[in-house]
Amino acid sequence: MNTDIIVSYFPRYVDAFWLTVRIGAIGVGLAFVIGLVVAFLIHFKIPVLAQLAAVYVEFFRNTPLLVQLFFIYFGLPKLGFMVPAETCGALGLGLLGGSYMAEGFRSGLGAVSKSQSEGALALGMTRGQMFFHVIFPEAFALSVPAIVANVIFLLKETSVFSAISLMDLMFTAKDLIGLYYNTTEAFALLIFFYIIMLLPVSIVGGIVEKKVRYKMFGAQ
Amino acid sequence: MGFEVLLKGTNMHRLLDGLWVALRISLISVTISIVLGVILGSLMTLKNPVIKVVSKIYLEFIRIMPQMVLLFVVYFGSTKALGLSITAESASIIVFSLWGTAEMSDLVRGALRSIPTIQYESSYSLGLNTAQTYLYIIIPQIIRRMLPLSINLITRMIKTTSLIMMIGIVEVLKVGQQIIEANRKSAPNAAFGIYATIFLLYFLVCWPISLLSKYLEKRWEN
Repeated sequence: MNTDIIVSYFPRYVDAFWLTVRIGAIGVGLAFVIGLVVAFLIHFKIPVLAQLAAVYVEFFRNTPLLVQLFFIYFGLPKLGFMVPAETCGALGLGLLGGSYMAEGFRSGLGAVSKSQSEGALALGMTRGQMFFHVIFPEAFALSVPAIVANVIFLLKETSVFSAISLMDLMFTAKDLIGLYYNTTEAFALLIFFYIIMLLPVSIVGGIVEKKVRYKMFGAQ
Repeated sequence: MGFEVLLKGTNMHRLLDGLWVALRISLISVTISIVLGVILGSLMTLKNPVIKVVSKIYLEFIRIMPQMVLLFVVYFGSTKALGLSITAESASIIVFSLWGTAEMSDLVRGALRSIPTIQYESSYSLGLNTAQTYLYIIIPQIIRRMLPLSINLITRMIKTTSLIMMIGIVEVLKVGQQIIEANRKSAPNAAFGIYATIFLLYFLVCWPISLLSKYLEKRWEN
């Protein structure tokens, strides 16, 4: 391992790191919003929309991100929908993540026991108050482990972006190896930056999981 | 739309062959993962500090490291660092087994932990010996908890093996690209049809397996 090479590669990895984090964060945010909306649609059995949402969840949970990205990035332009690579990455991640998040939220909503809503109604809350003050907070706490696992999973999946030529960490490593053939240094930096990105998420996720555990008393 | 390209010559057949390449690698990796995962998961319930630390580091590393990175490191890195020359297929089986073993061992450990002590105590007090306790009481319950999750691991493995294209294995996506390239003139819109078909093929493979896993989970809930 040559330290000069590592020092000279470092700035390129920092750039790639921020790109990965940026698109990853946008994708995870998008996944969160899509997941919540879809989970509500399915949980409250909104006609037509609930069925469409269920089809979406099944489709995106049962196909790989790489295939989804290829379809969005190379397939859709043939129908006239041009999607720039960065948007495509964030959108693909958001759609994939949305289907996983929806499952997490939905099982959280399903696990809140009936006595909780009955209790809230008996106390004179309206249905809206019952949902926003009682059911949702508990359901959210119940879905936290799934959300943490999904966030880590989604951030790992960003490594696929190199396939649609986004200059992310994986792309940078491949590029540098192709140019200079310093495989060991390029991979060491690659692993280092993924640890920097994901270890904090994993640790913070673990702490959050422990913190919300006391809220789970409402589960069945 | 580009779907007509699939009917030309042996294109559809080649696509399915490509899918089988990915499926074969995932099935081999899942089998290895389940065997090693059960062993490692059982070892992790022992209160040995060395096993505890080593397995914790292994699990956490695999948990946060993208499979794509592992794939590149094993395939390209091992050649340079260790002087080994392994085929792309063995590299992918090694990586996916490493990943699958970590996932599986965590599931096994969770399932073993979830059996309350009272189950062991009651079976001993009924006069069963250790072997009988495990064979008749513990293992059947663990299998019920494990099987839906292990089946789920198969679909996750199949989805993850789509990455092997990146280290040069000719699987379904690569075949798709080749077909698109070969028909660039006669069918300029082939990309849409081919990628939509691959999307659907993956769905048709994974969906029934997910449904089976969900069905078993519901059936054996208690």
